[in-house]
Amino acid sequence: MSSIENLKSFDPFADTGDAETQPTNYIHIRIQQRNGRKTLTTVQGVPAEYDLKKILKVLKKDFACNGNIVKEEDFGQVIQLQGDQRLKVMEFLTQQLGLQKKNIKIHGF
Amino acid sequence: MSEDLGFDPSLKKKKKSKSKTEDSPAPVDSATENVDELFSGLKKKKKKSKSVETESTGDASNEPTITDALEGLSLKKKKKKSSSSKNTEADDFDKQLEQAGINAQESLNTSTNQSSETNEIISSSSNNAPNSSSSPSQSSSSIPSSSPLAYPNLLSRFFSILKEKNPELAGGQQSKLKIPPPEVAREGNKKTMFANVQTIATVLQRNPEHLIQYLFAELGTSGSIDGEKRLIIKGRFQAKNIESVLRRYIQEYVICKTCKSMNTELKRESTNRLHFIVCKACGSTKSVSSIKTGFQAHVGRRKKV
Repeated sequence: MSSIENLKSFDPFADTGDAETQPTNYIHIRIQQRNGRKTLTTVQGVPAEYDLKKILKVLKKDFACNGNIVKEEDFGQVIQLQGDQRLKVMEFLTQQLGLQKKNIKIHGF
Repeated sequence: MSEDLGFDPSLKKKKKSKSKTEDSPAPVDSATENVDELFSGLKKKKKKSKSVETESTGDASNEPTITDALEGLSLKKKKKKSSSSKNTEADDFDKQLEQAGINAQESLNTSTNQSSETNEIISSSSNNAPNSSSSPSQSSSSIPSSSPLAYPNLLSRFFSILKEKNPELAGGQQSKLKIPPPEVAREGNKKTMFANVQTIATVLQRNPEHLIQYLFAELGTSGSIDGEKRLIIKGRFQAKNIESVLRRYIQEYVICKTCKSMNTELKRESTNRLHFIVCKACGSTKSVSSIKTGFQAHVGRRKKV
C-alpha cells in the first residue's frame, strides 16, 4: 500500500501559493539624459496602496534632489527625480517599503 | 564443423606463414623442438594439429603485448603452457599479466590445480584451437598497426574528426560564439554613433530592428540609421554603457533559459502576437515579453501654448 500511496503524493498542478509568479506589476526605474551631463530618473508602477506624495517628500530629502509626480494616462502616477538616483531608489523601495527585488527593473545604461 | 571447414583454407595459409615466421626467430621454445621431433615421426594430419598447438602457444607468447581484450584467451593458453612444463614462460606471462592488472597468484593456483587435468585440456584445446586461433591470427595480422594506436591517440583522432564534421557535438560551442565589442564613437556634440550594430545583430541571429528598438527603449532616447547602416543615438553614451545594455539584451532575448545556449532564434507567433525564443541547440521555446518603451518624461523646451 505504501507504494500506491506514493502515487498520490502531491499534485503538480496545485496552486503553490506563489503569488510572485505572475510578472504583472513591475516597478520600472528608468533614466533619461537631459542637456549636458544632467539626467532624470523616473519611477513607474509603484503600487497604488502607497502614498506617492509622502514617498516623494522622503526621497527628495534623502537624495537631496528635486522631483515631482507626473500623472500619465497609460502609466499612472510616475515619480520624477533629478539626477541619476536609480540605485538609491531601488534601495529605498526594497528597504523602506519592503518590495521584492525581483519586481523592480532598472533600465538604462 | 562446417564453419571450421570454411575457415580451414585461410587458416592453413596463415598457419604456414605463422609457423615459418615464429619458428625461425623464436627458437627458445622447447615445445618447438619437441614438435620438430614429432614432425619427423608423424603424419601430415597430426602435423596440422600439432602445428595448431605450436601456433597457439606462439600466439600466447605474443598476446600480452597484443591486447588486453584477449585476456580470457591468454589465460586458457597459459594453462596449456604450464601443462607443457614451461614454468619459466608461465612466470613471464604472470609478470606481464600482473602489469595488465590480473592477480598472478590466483592464476598460478588455478594453473597448478589444473596441471593434473592438463592432458584433457590439451586435447580439448587442440580441438578448440582452430576456432580460438582464428581470432588471434586476425589480431596478430593487425599487430603492427595496432601497437602505435594507443587509446589517447585514437581518442584525440576521434575528437579532431568530430570537430571537423560536427562541431556542435564536440562541445565548447559556447566559447565559439564571440560577440565583437561595440564600436561607439561620438558624432558631433549630442549624438553617439554605434558603428557595428549590424554585425552584432547578425552574430546574435537577431533582427537589427529588434536590437535597435531595445537599445532605444533602454536608453530612453531615439535615433536613426545612417547611410552605412550605423546607428546614430541621440545623447552621449560611452562604450561601456552600450555594452551593459547589450549584455542585458543577450540575457533577455538571446540566451536560451533551459540550456544557456546562444544559438537561438526569435520567432513571432502571428496568431497571438507573442515573441518566442526558439533554441536551436535543445529545441525549447520560451515566450519573451515585447519591448516596451514605458514612460518618457518630457525633456527640453515646452511647447508654447
